[in-house]
Amino acid sequence: MVGLDILISLIPGLPLLGFLMVSLFNKHLSHAMAAGIACGSVLVSFALSVLTFSQLLSLPVEQRSFHVLLSEWISTGNISANISFLIDPLSAIMLLVITGVGLVIHVYSVGYMHGDPGFNKFFSYMNLFVFFMLLLVMGSNYLLMFVGWEGVGLCSYLLIGFWFRNDAYNLAANKAFIMNRIGDLGLLLGVILIFIHTGSFEYADVFAGIPGMDGGIITLIAILLFIGATGKSAQIPLYTWLPDAMAGPTPVSALIHAATMVTAGVYMVVRNNLLYSLAPFALEIILVIGLATALFAATIALTQNDIKKVLAYSTVSQLGLMFVALGLGAFSSGIFHMVTHAFFKALLFLGAGSIIHALHGEQDIRQMGGLKKFLPLTHLTFFIAVLAISGIPPFAGFFSKDEILAHAFAHQPLVWGLAMLSSLLTVFYMFRLYFLTFYGQARASAQKMQAIHESPGNMTIPLIILAVLSVTGGFLNVPEILGGSAWLHQFLEPVTGASHAAVTVHPLSHATEYVLMGIVVAFSAVVIYFAYQIYMVKKSIPAAEGAPSGALQNLVYNKYYVDEFYQMIISRPLHWISEKLDVVVERLGIDRLVNSTGVTVVEGSKVLRLLQYGSIGVYIFVMVVSVVVLLALSLIN
Amino acid sequence: MTMLFLLLCPLAVALFLLVFKSRFAREIALSASVAELLASLYLAWGFDSQGGVQFAINQAWIPSLGINFSVGVDGISLLLVLLTTVLTPFIILSSFSMSNSRPSSFYGLILLMQMALVGVFVARDGFLFYLFWEIALLPIWFISLIWGGEGRRRITLKFFIYTLTGSLFMLVGLVYLYLQTPGQHSFELEAIYAAGQSLPAMEQGLLFWALFVAFAIKMPIFPFHTWQPDTYVVAPAQGTMLLSGIMLKMGIFGVIRWLIPVVPLGVQEWSHVAIILSVIGIIYASGIAIVQNDFKRLIAYSSIAHVGLIAAGLMTLSQAGMQGAVIQMLSHGILVFSLFYIAEIFFERTGSRVLSGLGGIRNAAPVLSSVFIIVMLGSVALPFTSGFVGEFLLLKALVQYQFATGAIAALTIILGAVYMLRAFQKSMSGELNSNTNDFYDLTTREKVILFPMVVLIIGIGVHPTPLLEISGAAVDNILSVMANYSASTN
Repeated sequence: MVGLDILISLIPGLPLLGFLMVSLFNKHLSHAMAAGIACGSVLVSFALSVLTFSQLLSLPVEQRSFHVLLSEWISTGNISANISFLIDPLSAIMLLVITGVGLVIHVYSVGYMHGDPGFNKFFSYMNLFVFFMLLLVMGSNYLLMFVGWEGVGLCSYLLIGFWFRNDAYNLAANKAFIMNRIGDLGLLLGVILIFIHTGSFEYADVFAGIPGMDGGIITLIAILLFIGATGKSAQIPLYTWLPDAMAGPTPVSALIHAATMVTAGVYMVVRNNLLYSLAPFALEIILVIGLATALFAATIALTQNDIKKVLAYSTVSQLGLMFVALGLGAFSSGIFHMVTHAFFKALLFLGAGSIIHALHGEQDIRQMGGLKKFLPLTHLTFFIAVLAISGIPPFAGFFSKDEILAHAFAHQPLVWGLAMLSSLLTVFYMFRLYFLTFYGQARASAQKMQAIHESPGNMTIPLIILAVLSVTGGFLNVPEILGGSAWLHQFLEPVTGASHAAVTVHPLSHATEYVLMGIVVAFSAVVIYFAYQIYMVKKSIPAAEGAPSGALQNLVYNKYYVDEFYQMIISRPLHWISEKLDVVVERLGIDRLVNSTGVTVVEGSKVLRLLQYGSIGVYIFVMVVSVVVLLALSLIN
Repeated sequence: MTMLFLLLCPLAVALFLLVFKSRFAREIALSASVAELLASLYLAWGFDSQGGVQFAINQAWIPSLGINFSVGVDGISLLLVLLTTVLTPFIILSSFSMSNSRPSSFYGLILLMQMALVGVFVARDGFLFYLFWEIALLPIWFISLIWGGEGRRRITLKFFIYTLTGSLFMLVGLVYLYLQTPGQHSFELEAIYAAGQSLPAMEQGLLFWALFVAFAIKMPIFPFHTWQPDTYVVAPAQGTMLLSGIMLKMGIFGVIRWLIPVVPLGVQEWSHVAIILSVIGIIYASGIAIVQNDFKRLIAYSSIAHVGLIAAGLMTLSQAGMQGAVIQMLSHGILVFSLFYIAEIFFERTGSRVLSGLGGIRNAAPVLSSVFIIVMLGSVALPFTSGFVGEFLLLKALVQYQFATGAIAALTIILGAVYMLRAFQKSMSGELNSNTNDFYDLTTREKVILFPMVVLIIGIGVHPTPLLEISGAAVDNILSVMANYSASTN
């Protein structure tokens, strides 16, 4: 096909162009035009992604990859990095999710950000984000991935601090950027080591070179790259920025902090599945961290009362589950859950945005309740998303979660047990959130309830689209025992197949799988019943701030004091040391030493006094003229 | 001819301005610096990146002492000349809003400084190099002394003595090398190279320190840096820009041209110490930058941190390290000039550079805010900005040299973000306050200065290869001197 290269380049190119147009002509564009440019560019990007995807599908399995070389970037000596793209099954899936969900959220934002003075700026940042995110997944080498990786971090920073008058938001933005940079440091070191040991940044060359590398180096690289993932994908110990990132406008939370950017770590590990398959120790670490994060964040979500905070901790927990899949070597299962999660979590956030919009900024679920009849569409779509994330068949989350649990059981029943526990916690806090928000007494102030209204069409249509995807998304990869063909798994095979030689995923007997499925669904039903009893029958409302509560509950409500802990062991010591370096070492130490040496010299030198008080004009003049004269004389000679 | 023009044009105009006080001093100075820029671009136009030393002039000057007027450019020199000639007109333009009772002297000194800087970068004779090196010190000292802020007398005196002391070490080193040259003795670069390389390791080690101390003070790297923050703060904005944007590159350039190929054995022996000092400097200065409240002082410490990384990468004596150093010099010059200019804009508008007193400026100045963000991103080395290319190459060189050293140096990625984001937040975000209430956005003149910098920051970040190509052959040349030398001694 003629010009496929150009079309592929346009996929990230158009959002970049959109960014440039909207940001450069910010003041001259009406809101409608800016929104049109921003949404239009992502729309065409999406269409091109679909086209590219269909082209890929039309090829025989072993030929499914396009390589597009756009230009040289950094080239010196033996170092050479290009701006070039790789479209293969993995990046094609990512493209569809990013541009598809991205488009839906762009459209939603037109309604959500309506009337905001920073409307145009918002859309320019969103387009810039889509550009960098596409670069991250399309880049055919590590360095370009790193560009995207840091670029999305920048956009995240800009959008978290979008309402920059609020200093708490600014601090949240700084925190996100800095914690991400801690991860980026690991990633950068990993990329540099990869280059040093393979002589290339290109995936193809590196993957060819990895099997010949020393095992210790492979493990070191794998761990360094994963440190990058813990930053971007909010895993222990670098997850605390994500809940704070909810300071950004809600569409940002949906797109960047749920559906796409935070899954970059998952993409990166899957991209490097060959490397990880040769580093079993690193996989073990991923499994443990993922599992711990999934459980830890789920317990925090149980006690949060800010609707976006609940969803944020839920995201951290679900990302943990994805890393569990990766740690088990079930790479395509991780991607599958990433895709379904993108649908239902984006839907949850947009639904939350619709509620917040209707209640004029209210985010506390204790001040909600009884919204079902006022927001019928939001309610219905939110309910679908709750079912999907809870893993109720046949909604999307059921299939993707079930797959991960099956792999966990095959690995070790304990891992399965813990992963299931985190899933059950998820079911509980999601239904808690759902019941408290939509049922019972309307607890919002009369003033807020008076003007309550369902959101406009440009916000509800995105909800409907995502709801449809949350219902049907699971059918991408229906397992064989349920009569499917595991399509996604097959499709990703050219990418994930690289690790098969080293990582074996134990197959379970069909009978075991059915039993496991049954257990999970049954337990989920029980948990829903509990939640129903507490929040519907007894109509409990979470205690107000400062009300007495048990020590354990207090600990969880305060997020285990992890932020305070980091403050104590990192922030404060850093400032203390800096302060001491400045005041003691620098001024009382080094500088005083220098000065005392200097003073001795100055005292003894009267010549320098002349210098200091002499007339500049004369001094410089004499000096320069003498040089020139010398020069001239000698040249004449 | 172009070479001669590059040296004589600023010199002639400078002398004119110093002697005949002109009412149109700033216009004359700006025209001269633009002419200089055009001349240097013409030089770049005719430059062949594979061609070795070009536009050379070599005239006997003081034959009895073997001193020649020998100048010429290779790729590294050319890039630094370009840095000088590009920044100078903008530095002059940035001073147009300053109230100045002696403009003629001020601009004369700036142009004299420019002549000396260009001279340092093109000199191919040891004596000439030393001469330009010292001439460069005088104008900047006077600029800081006369137009500086509070405490200028004490601080500039310290600056003067400190750097002069360093230069004296260098002079001793150069004269010693000169005396080692055969026959009639010569200060020719090639002769100095040959003389230095033939010395035994012990003597090369001593010479390394004599030369290195001069360069280390100029950059400055830890622990030779304590003159720098005070001087940057007290000097007028243009003085600070000259010092940080261009003059500190004299030190790095000195290492590349007048140290590494001169005493390769000494460098091999002691580069590890230099790397350790430089890496300590990165962490140390970044740490101090975190708690600074005066924006100018914060930039001063960040500059020490960035220069530390350049020096450390350079001292790995690898292709990536040296190329990284060269491109990072350019990037640092552009970024630090822009940062100091932004600090100056704060000062002009509010009478203060104290971060805790600023705030909310984004509300009043969205264009300045966007520019500041881009400069900040360059400074924290975000990919696709000029800062990334150099930092990446330098870190690659250091990781290859030794993983732990590279990992520690790479902490700059985190620490840089900590202090820069803090500075941005404190000054730009939040609500306007009584200090910043009357803040207004960039004027046309300020845009004319800052927009080209933004274009350079992103342009170099996205397409650095032409610059890397210009310096590539020169870098390979220096490294091959090292390689040949160690091969022949083995």
